[in-house]
Amino acid sequence: MRTLNMAQALRDAHDVALEDPRVVILGEDIGRAGGVFRVTDGLQQRHGSDRVIDTPVSESGIVGTAYGMAIAGLRPIVEIQFLGFVYPAYDQIVSHVARIRNRSQHRFTAPMVIRLPYGAGIGAAEHHSESTEAIFTHIAGLKVVVASTPENAKGLLLAALEDPDPVIFLEPIRLYRSTTGDVAEGHYITPIGESVTIQRGDDVTLIAYGAMIRETLQAANLLESVGVSAEVIDLQTLVPLDSELILKSVKRTGRAVLVHEAPRTGGVGAEIAAQIQAQALYSLLAPIERVTGWDLVVPLRKAEHHYIPSVERITAAARRTLES
Amino acid sequence: MLAEPTRILDADGSPVSEVEHELDTVRYLYRSMVTARIFDRKASALQRQGRLATYAPFEGQEASQIGTAASLKEEDWLVASYRDAAAMNLHGYPWELLLAGRMGDERGGHTPEGINVLPPSITVGGHMIHAAGIAWAQKIKKNNAIAVTIFGDGATSEGDFHEAMNFAGVFELPMIFVCQNNGWAISTPRERQTASETIAQKAHAYGFTGVLVDGNDVLAVDQVIRHSIDRARQGKGPTLVEALTYRIRGHTTADDHSRYREKTHIESWRRNDPLNRVQKFLKAHDAWSAQWQSEIEQSASSQIEHAVTRAENLAPFDVGEIFSGSFAELTPTLLEQRQEAEGYDS
Ligand SMILES: Cc1ncc(C[n+]2csc(CCOP(=O)(O)OP(=O)(O)O)c2C)c(N)n1
Repeated sequence: MRTLNMAQALRDAHDVALEDPRVVILGEDIGRAGGVFRVTDGLQQRHGSDRVIDTPVSESGIVGTAYGMAIAGLRPIVEIQFLGFVYPAYDQIVSHVARIRNRSQHRFTAPMVIRLPYGAGIGAAEHHSESTEAIFTHIAGLKVVVASTPENAKGLLLAALEDPDPVIFLEPIRLYRSTTGDVAEGHYITPIGESVTIQRGDDVTLIAYGAMIRETLQAANLLESVGVSAEVIDLQTLVPLDSELILKSVKRTGRAVLVHEAPRTGGVGAEIAAQIQAQALYSLLAPIERVTGWDLVVPLRKAEHHYIPSVERITAAARRTLES
Repeated sequence: MLAEPTRILDADGSPVSEVEHELDTVRYLYRSMVTARIFDRKASALQRQGRLATYAPFEGQEASQIGTAASLKEEDWLVASYRDAAAMNLHGYPWELLLAGRMGDERGGHTPEGINVLPPSITVGGHMIHAAGIAWAQKIKKNNAIAVTIFGDGATSEGDFHEAMNFAGVFELPMIFVCQNNGWAISTPRERQTASETIAQKAHAYGFTGVLVDGNDVLAVDQVIRHSIDRARQGKGPTLVEALTYRIRGHTTADDHSRYREKTHIESWRRNDPLNRVQKFLKAHDAWSAQWQSEIEQSASSQIEHAVTRAENLAPFDVGEIFSGSFAELTPTLLEQRQEAEGYDS
């Protein structure tokens, strides 16, 4: 065990992953510079420039060649510098990476990991603060996971690499250095498709993922101080959803608050709400609440605090469920 | 063998080919570069003081940018990216808006009426094709205006570069592609972007002319651009100009460039400084004095200080205002969300 921040834990995960000779890492500035968030720092020196590859500025090229490599038996990990820069590769992801298993009826597959730093909160320039994960959760053939701690970042990355299908891997930018935790050495996985209850409670279930875990836990603490016992679930995986864990909790508490930084319309919260109403309607004691980013382009530095769901908003939503 | 770039002044300011420029024009170009450098240094300083978010400095590239924008007419269009503040400003985009955008204020993107400059592109590569569309519109509308797009060597690796070049060639669009080849895309050297010897030569494959120019020689850049403008206005189609230059500072203020390049290399490019050579040329023609230098520096500084004050004094966005940019008319859903947001804004 060592205490690492999330960027260091991810670096460690890549280091472990590279022990598998099939693994290659591709991205812009990931080699000599060690990546814009230093997640691959030192890995090129250790593992060589044909395993940790600096590419031209070409997201479609990176994902497209990684797809070819995956088909040909390698296990590529792709780093896109920011989620907001993945769009040139979206056609490759949607039309090819996500579909080849079905198109070829299992003859060809594209097991690969596409890492996307996402989210606001560091006052970055335009396009650097997006949470558009729903454009991936909507696509058949993609698994989508979101790290929230150093420990699960490493475990999820190693699990994603073992997965037989392509995985979109989201890393909350504002947690890279601001969260630290104990991380086991060597190889371990955090299973894909499993969510975790990170705080037990009886009155209301708060469901969140990624960077919003922090605000959600703070809200749970505030609620506790006014006598409300909140359960907190960290989804960890958005596709496939751990519906069983979610439903079990909501059936017990009778109240659900769904929290994400992404815009509300068509967000992950909408899918969870639909599943809850279909399978736990009669356990509900209050309407399901969603606390999300607004349906807007994320504002720039001066106004981004107006956008990211606040502890106050989460707390208020939880209290509304208790009032009805 | 690398083709020789077009050059008028060498690094010491001695003409290596005929100087067509009037001395007054040279002084204007020089003064514009001095102003740009003062802006660039000021913006970097503001970033260090926490008054500006990440900033992408263009020091060393003043000649490429000033030379690109100097001969444009008001009706011409400029579509550039995050490092191109010097060119954008010369074509009318106010310093204060360039600062405001970098301070994290959306109002920095609001180009004043009548100025044909798009807000700087932050994503790499996507904007070149927009200049093609704008140029195409001029052609369809039978306007005489042209479009210029500026981008880096890294941007030529994006697929959209191909699409922009291809449309420009097929439809013989009145436009100029200006690649500021500053040697680097963050940590990635130019050799890792393309196996082509030059970027200029790529134009050939798209059926139009590519020109290599010394990007630190403002007279050469201006001359090459003027020829390209003439061709575009005469309906002779697009030109790709590759300006060979060098990024003296880090990629942005957040970049530690000592990780991937040698100090000695930077020093050797400093000796190629685009301002120095013009100053020497002007001196040799008795068209420069220390007093004039301090006058133009002072006037640039006060202009830029003024811009800083105005950018910093923009009133903060309240929560309702973040909704105002979304649609011509807010949708019912957004109206509801705005109301909800305002309820928390205590
Ligand atoms: C689509 C996209 N991919 C990646 C980035 C991150 N990024 C910003 S600048 C840059 C390098 C661009 O280099 P170049 O085009 O040579 O221009 P320079 O920065 O040298 O002026 C990269 C990779 C981005 N902004 N947009």
